[in-house]
Amino acid sequence: MVQFALNHAWLVPLLPALAFVIIVFLTRPWPKVSSTVSIAAILSSFVLSSSIAYGVFTNPGFIEKPLVYSLRWFGMEGFTVHVGVMLDPTSTMMLFMVSMVATLIQIYSTGYMEGDPQYSVFFSYLSLFAASMLGLVISSNLLQMFVMWELVGLCSFLLIGFYTFKISAREAAKKAFITTRIGDFGMLLGLLFLQIVFGTLDLTELAQRVPAFEQFGISLGLLTLIAILLFIGPIGKSGQFPLHVWLPDAMEGPTPVSALIHAATMVVAGVYLVGRTLFLFAEVPGAMEVVAFTGAFTALFAATIAVTQREIKRILAYSTVSQLGYMMLALGVGSLSASMFHLWTHAFFKALMFLGAGSVLHALHHKADVWDMGGLIKKMPITGWTFVVGGLAIAGIPPFAGFWSKDEILAVTLEYAKHGHTLGYVLFLMATFTAFLTAFYMWRMIFLAFFGKEKPENHPHESPWNMTFPLIVLAVLAAVGGLIGTPWANWWSRWIHFGQPHHGEPAIGLMLLSVVLALAGIGLAYLLYYKDEEKRTAQELAKRYPTLYRISFNKYYVDELYQWFTRTVVDAGANVLYWFDIHVVDGIVNGLAGITKTSGKGLRYLQTGKLQTYALVFFVAVLVITVVLAFGDPTSAGIMGGGK
Amino acid sequence: MNIPVLTLTLLAPVIAALFIVFIPKEEEKLCKWVAALGTGVALVLSLYVYFGYDRSVGGLQWVDFGGPVPWIGDLGVSYYMAVDGLSLPMLLLTNLIGFSAVFASWNVTHRAKELMIYLLILIAGVMGTFIAQDLFIFLLFYEVVVIPIYIMVIIWGSSKRVTKEYAGMKLTIYLLIGSAFLLVGVIATFVQSVAITGTPDMSFEGLARVAFPEEFQIYMFGLMLLGFGSLLSMWPFHSWSPDGYAGAPTAVSMIHAGVLKKIGGYGLIRIAIFVLPMGAKFWAPWIAVLGVIGVAYAAMGALAQRDLKYVVGYSSVSHMGYVLLGVASLGVIGVNGAVANMFAHGVMAALFFSMIGFIYEKTHTRWIPDLGGLSHQAPRLSVGFMMAAMASLGLPGLISFIPEFTIFVESFRVFGWLAVLAIAGIIITALYVLRAGANTLFGPAREEYNHIKDIRGPELVPLVVLGGVLVIGGILPSLLFDMVNSGVAPILAHIQEALQIGGR
Amino acid sequence: MATGLNPSYFVALSAALFCIGLYGAISRKNAIAVLVSIELMLTAVNINLVAFNKFLTPEAFIGQIFAIFVITVAAAEVGLGLAIVIAIYRNRKSVDLDDFDWMKW
Repeated sequence: MVQFALNHAWLVPLLPALAFVIIVFLTRPWPKVSSTVSIAAILSSFVLSSSIAYGVFTNPGFIEKPLVYSLRWFGMEGFTVHVGVMLDPTSTMMLFMVSMVATLIQIYSTGYMEGDPQYSVFFSYLSLFAASMLGLVISSNLLQMFVMWELVGLCSFLLIGFYTFKISAREAAKKAFITTRIGDFGMLLGLLFLQIVFGTLDLTELAQRVPAFEQFGISLGLLTLIAILLFIGPIGKSGQFPLHVWLPDAMEGPTPVSALIHAATMVVAGVYLVGRTLFLFAEVPGAMEVVAFTGAFTALFAATIAVTQREIKRILAYSTVSQLGYMMLALGVGSLSASMFHLWTHAFFKALMFLGAGSVLHALHHKADVWDMGGLIKKMPITGWTFVVGGLAIAGIPPFAGFWSKDEILAVTLEYAKHGHTLGYVLFLMATFTAFLTAFYMWRMIFLAFFGKEKPENHPHESPWNMTFPLIVLAVLAAVGGLIGTPWANWWSRWIHFGQPHHGEPAIGLMLLSVVLALAGIGLAYLLYYKDEEKRTAQELAKRYPTLYRISFNKYYVDELYQWFTRTVVDAGANVLYWFDIHVVDGIVNGLAGITKTSGKGLRYLQTGKLQTYALVFFVAVLVITVVLAFGDPTSAGIMGGGK
Repeated sequence: MNIPVLTLTLLAPVIAALFIVFIPKEEEKLCKWVAALGTGVALVLSLYVYFGYDRSVGGLQWVDFGGPVPWIGDLGVSYYMAVDGLSLPMLLLTNLIGFSAVFASWNVTHRAKELMIYLLILIAGVMGTFIAQDLFIFLLFYEVVVIPIYIMVIIWGSSKRVTKEYAGMKLTIYLLIGSAFLLVGVIATFVQSVAITGTPDMSFEGLARVAFPEEFQIYMFGLMLLGFGSLLSMWPFHSWSPDGYAGAPTAVSMIHAGVLKKIGGYGLIRIAIFVLPMGAKFWAPWIAVLGVIGVAYAAMGALAQRDLKYVVGYSSVSHMGYVLLGVASLGVIGVNGAVANMFAHGVMAALFFSMIGFIYEKTHTRWIPDLGGLSHQAPRLSVGFMMAAMASLGLPGLISFIPEFTIFVESFRVFGWLAVLAIAGIIITALYVLRAGANTLFGPAREEYNHIKDIRGPELVPLVVLGGVLVIGGILPSLLFDMVNSGVAPILAHIQEALQIGGR
Repeated sequence: MATGLNPSYFVALSAALFCIGLYGAISRKNAIAVLVSIELMLTAVNINLVAFNKFLTPEAFIGQIFAIFVITVAAAEVGLGLAIVIAIYRNRKSVDLDDFDWMKW
């Protein structure tokens, strides 16, 4: 079984893709059949991935040398592209995680989407989404990865805009696609550079060629540029500043989609890509700094926005942006291990929280404002308590998963700072402050929504088993999923690392610091939003600093800025060019036609219609020709004279 | 190979047109079925040729009657029909689109018989340009094509921003003027070749063997560029394209945007570059600049449009910019990409226009602000529209991504930062395509369109045929690329050779 | 030439005849008169043909044959012309050329 799975790893993405085809062409009229097909496919993928994971993690050989096989996709002289499968611990971990979360989310969706007229379509999209994400993870070639990357983007476009009757959903879908497209433009340039300079986009070959970049005739500066261009893609896809704007709006889709996009799939694709190409980034310290600072800044930036948001999914969305910043930060300071670890734990607790939020929305008929909730834990115990587990995990309370991964990131950042990068201390400060904010805004939400007084107008009820079952599974994982990477028994970094495995001593002081920060955040939230039942202090704070509050609540007006840019610069430019096209370019064309027409109009008066005028003109012309031929050029006169 | 398959392919629509002539005009359905049969036979034959072509051997194959059949001896004209890797994709494309175009006009009731006749003649004419290996025959078909287009636009077109008479006139005159320049260039080249070699030979191969002086090549290439370029809607000779497509009936828009304008690109490679390599080298940077301007400019132009057909019209100008950029790179990868992109854009544009045609037929408007939420009433139509839109913005997994990527690879290498501007076009493309697509299909359902029926029955043919090609070509690009490469590589090899002998 | 006839006589005669015909064809308003004038011009051509035949190639009858051709064609032309004039007259009740300007812009 394990050997079969390893040799047929391409089946993992192919099965959901087949499910997509089957649903679209065959089973669309029967919703239950469609969801069964879809779940069966993703479940099989999950089983296969588990076997692969077992095979890879128990065999140290694969850790050092990935299993790669590929076949020719297309090619021509000087440019051949292979598609294939690359199995190493990183991709195996992702396969396992993505297929598991996707399975749970699909099970959950059978409850959440119950009765939706587009039920089958939804499951077909989910299958396609899973297929593209799994295909992305498994890619052995950057171009193949880019293909899947864009397909993931397409699926997110379709799923975010799933409620087609909503204008806001439509706008959000467009925004998501176009914003990530901007990132893809940068990434495309990076890929082109790589192809032109190194002559291949194959990950294994690139990993060999890039360190010897000087032999390929490029300077360190150009390599830095390539890395940064490539990084623009992840900035777009993983919602890093300044292309994060699409991510919170992506909440317009059905909640399982938000969970899928935010936790397991689309957004981590960017992190994964940087992790995959870390051999490139590792060569160029400048690009690494860009990655690290983008990550740290995004983490802090998004956390400050999340503090004042009111909609439950929006808070979670900004928290995702913030956590992705953490992952980028970890990559930027050079630790693939810490980044992937956080990606792993984050997938569980964030999927858990999104699905929990979905359960709440389901119960409250899509009333999203946390201030309108309260005391939900009594009526919805499973949702509530699993949500609390997620909250503890993200806040970083040991022994929950988030604590270990976040601690790891803080540790590597500090390590980075100690090794001669003075700016690293700034990164560390940003990261620790973000940790505090995270605990605060998460627990603000939890206290407001689940504790406190019940609202009489709400009639919540616990969700059906197919929605709570995934919650319970994810809660267990969010609780214990981090134990494979504790500093005392760090299997994780033995499996997944870049270069030499990281052997840090457990930094007890740092752990204490992060626990204290997390508790401080939770405590502050407790004081402001639980103890103080009228929430007077919180409201007064908002009143006392209205500017700060408004800036945070309006997300630093980044959206407005972009909107202004599209409206007044791009659209106006387009209109100006269009005017130019109609009046100048076409003006010349029509002008030429006009000249022809006018001259025709003038010349037609020669056409008197009088036969005798014509005859006169005719004779005069003949006369002139005769005279010219007879007395003009001697050679033509010769012709007249006898044709010799 | 005793059966002249290519000639039969060419004749299939003509014979169908002859049959239709004898059908009473009340029998509209019969006329359409005969037309479908004619184009269907041509499609099957061209598929047979496509998959029967031996790519490992390359070169001209499926030569009708075993070789050139002399026709006008004094001018060296011969009936010479054959295909290689460059013309085969174009031949297949013509028949794919031709077949779909018949079904896209399924609901036309106004003088349907005549429409079918003109359509079939048009298809045959376009096919002829791609399989002729003789300059004279090529030009013959090239001119044949223009006349039915004009008549079709005038009779079955629609008037919006401009009247259909204006659109048809502009389309026809513009292309005729272009072809006048082309004709001058071609005739001069032929006369010069006779002066150099002493024997008249109109076949492309024969002309390519002649070593023309460099200055002559530069002038003649300029003339041909003007002719082929305006057919390929090269900036600034593009303005016929949006107006023309908007005014034309669906079938004409499909064929024109799909294959007819590709004759420009095809001719540029097959005649101008192949015969006049030094001229090509001189003009290549200019072509690249015009191509890049075309990409960016037309993308912005498309952004300003509110009429669906204008959006696609401008977008097709923009995509042709990519083709020009690929051609201008004069490298195997770039030209491969350009040819493949012509194929990809053909399929995509034809699907786009056919879907817009259906939308217009059912809602009687193409004005984007008046549309919206059509996915509720017409899901299949929306799928087709969305597929075309996604292919247009170069979504991987659909046919147009790999060609664009290959063009980028070569042009980025050759032209550096100039190409970046063209690559940035993908963002603008995404912007206008998504605006047009999402605003038409998504959003709340509109009451006034509740009565419309989704496409069904024969109307599904364009979606199935063209959409299928979009997906298959996206998943298995080697099907297209291996073929194109087998045609482009020898041409490029010839050019390299000629440039090395030619000096500089 | 022994006859003492100078070709210039013939040329002068035919030129005069031609100019009279030309003047008539251009200036007369009556369609019949114009037709008659055209006959005069044709006659001038015929004189030239026959005369030059005598002076250039007396053995062959090229000029005469040509003249006969011209006469034949002229006969046909007059037939057609008169028919047209009559047809127009039936429609317009006029043979005045000034009225025949339907081809005007």
